[in-house]
Amino acid sequence: MNTHNTYNYTVVRQFARMTLVWGIVGMGIGVWAAAELAFPSLNLGIPWLSFGRLSPVHSSLLLFAFGGNALFATSYYVVQRTCHTRLFNDGLAAFTFWGWQCVIVLALCTLPYGMTSGKAFAELEWPIDILITIVWIAYAVVFFGTIVQRNTSYVYVANWFFGAYILAVAALHILNSAALPVGLWPMKSYSLYPGTVDAMVSAWYSQGLVDAFMPGAFFGVLYYFLPRQLGHPVYSYRLIVVQFWTFVSLALWAASQHLLYTALPDWTQSLGMVCAVFLIAPFLAGVINGFMTVSADWHRLHSDIILRFLVLALFFYGVEGLEGVVTSIRSVNAFTQYTDWTVSHVHAAGLGWIGFLAFGAFYAMLPRLFNIEQMYSIPLILLHFWFATVGTMLYLLALGGAGMVQSLMWYAQNDDGTLAYRFVESLQVSHPLYVVRLLGGMLYLAGMCLMTYNAWKTVASTLPKARKNEDSVSEVDSVIDHHPAEVHHDSHPPLDPRHGPHRPVDPRHSANPHTGSQHSSESPAHHADH
Amino acid sequence: MSHEVVEKNIGLWAIMVLVIMSTAGLGEIIPLFFLTAPKGVGSTVEPVRGLQPYDALRLEGRDIYIREGCAHCHTQMVRPFQPETQRYGPFSVAGESVYDHPALWGIKRTGPDLARVGSGYSDFWHREHLRDPASVVPGSIMPAYPWLAETVMDGTLTTTKMRTMNTLLRLTCRTCAVYAEKDIEAGPAKVRGSTEEEALIAYLNGDSDQPGGLGHPAP
Repeated sequence: MNTHNTYNYTVVRQFARMTLVWGIVGMGIGVWAAAELAFPSLNLGIPWLSFGRLSPVHSSLLLFAFGGNALFATSYYVVQRTCHTRLFNDGLAAFTFWGWQCVIVLALCTLPYGMTSGKAFAELEWPIDILITIVWIAYAVVFFGTIVQRNTSYVYVANWFFGAYILAVAALHILNSAALPVGLWPMKSYSLYPGTVDAMVSAWYSQGLVDAFMPGAFFGVLYYFLPRQLGHPVYSYRLIVVQFWTFVSLALWAASQHLLYTALPDWTQSLGMVCAVFLIAPFLAGVINGFMTVSADWHRLHSDIILRFLVLALFFYGVEGLEGVVTSIRSVNAFTQYTDWTVSHVHAAGLGWIGFLAFGAFYAMLPRLFNIEQMYSIPLILLHFWFATVGTMLYLLALGGAGMVQSLMWYAQNDDGTLAYRFVESLQVSHPLYVVRLLGGMLYLAGMCLMTYNAWKTVASTLPKARKNEDSVSEVDSVIDHHPAEVHHDSHPPLDPRHGPHRPVDPRHSANPHTGSQHSSESPAHHADH
Repeated sequence: MSHEVVEKNIGLWAIMVLVIMSTAGLGEIIPLFFLTAPKGVGSTVEPVRGLQPYDALRLEGRDIYIREGCAHCHTQMVRPFQPETQRYGPFSVAGESVYDHPALWGIKRTGPDLARVGSGYSDFWHREHLRDPASVVPGSIMPAYPWLAETVMDGTLTTTKMRTMNTLLRLTCRTCAVYAEKDIEAGPAKVRGSTEEEALIAYLNGDSDQPGGLGHPAP
């Protein structure tokens, strides 16, 4: 049997491992930074430990190293499974892995020492930006190359969301990072854009990466792993089409909602606000589609822990998206902007949506990657679930509350028109909430550690076998288990006949990750049901 | 056109996505390069009346502000709300930011806005505050920055920085002033021997008779 037809899981495993490692490091730094806000003496007078330098390390690690690696892993996994073909080029795929880890290590070597471009969520300096560009182009070639050589007629929807993320980030990164270098060591550059334009380009980038296309790419994860976990197709294919195109059309137009009431021209602000409000269309389409897909299977939440992660992720996406729409309205934005509400909002997407989806997907994917039955410990997954859930809720409620209190105090005036509070008083009031946030962050980090331990034990249990069979047998195993021609029969969860087949709205348009085809007659669910 | 065509043709799909996505940048960013206002009012690419580029020491001070990540906790954007202008001063306008590459508007106020901080505090206050924030603002959670006072600058990059700024200003800003050649040559000497703390305070406290620091009031 031709081994070239088997999937490239090596690179997926590598990205998956590093996702866990960088997740712990990034969240650990986040917890330390949160502790500094609650207890400022923890800055310790050490330059690289001061909050201003730690903050970008935390956000860069979680964006590029946790979210980025998780998407590399899941997109490489999903694109192979749904296109029924091996990754386009193994060498190039390996390059994206080593190149990306190199970017992250360079980030860790520069950001704590104050080498930063000063642009939000794009702090890395110009030599690293160039490396990111090269790795990203390789990523695009591997991903789209795989799609081009697919063995299915349709491109399954999950790949649209990954693909849009890859295209968008390429454009966003290159244009936002445009700068003139001033020095190589210390790395230093000046942004190409003058003040107001730079703020707008930065907002466009932040909106595109942090608010839109990275969270959006996790719909690719959802639309593969949710139907996979349930054993039946997504509720409505048509809703995905609506969601995808409205999302691609509006997401970047909404950028200027981040600059409401600033010195940006009014017309640009208003345009952004209107488009941000219209974003409720893709947001609702995604949430409705997700929940309707689960709607016949609520009882499974009792027994299926992975499903719980996916469903709760969807819930947090709902919270985050609704917040985003409401706070993009000028008058509401005036109240929430610049406060801890913003931080709470970003973490609803980060901890809630991205985190929970990555956890659920990894718990489903890791055993398959390492060719074993299931994770080392189910009780540990359960514990992780509750740590993550309680941690996220504490975090969101504490900082959401802090944000409201801060805003009320900033705007409060006495009867004679003087300001009621000094700025520092809004901080003192926030202190207990910062402590609660710290607690939430610690719980979330503890959950992340549990997951990594669980994954480590899972992988360790397979090691002797894998080592012995590295070259020959495991390759053959994967041919047997995962040969593209067999893929739609491979280890999909057993369907419970008591609950009958799932009925999509339009049978011709049901989305099916296993065959990449829309024709439900080919779907495993229907094979199983008939 | 049936949607199935797009689903089967990844090239067509990618072109559609790219074209649709790029409309936002074309619609919201490109026009900002071409906005004009009556003389002196300032716009996205025109300075407000009298605004000059940061002098050598302030330019270095600004880079220290960027290096220490001050923008993670401080905005430089006074919004047009009555309680806000009462707390911080006149609201910010676009023409004040033309010499800022990159902008430092910020996204979060863990500390107060600094757009007009220069008009309210003495150099002495800033020095005490940077060394031990809680000593002048009881309850402050800002980290102390003792190393700034201990680091003396040598100005090696100053010339390059000023020349790069000139290139950028000529590229992006029609009515901006640029550094004169003699100012560029004198730049390193003005920086050399100063501590980073002095440079940062010069940036924060730009005084009103010499526009260029943060203290410069809106017209």
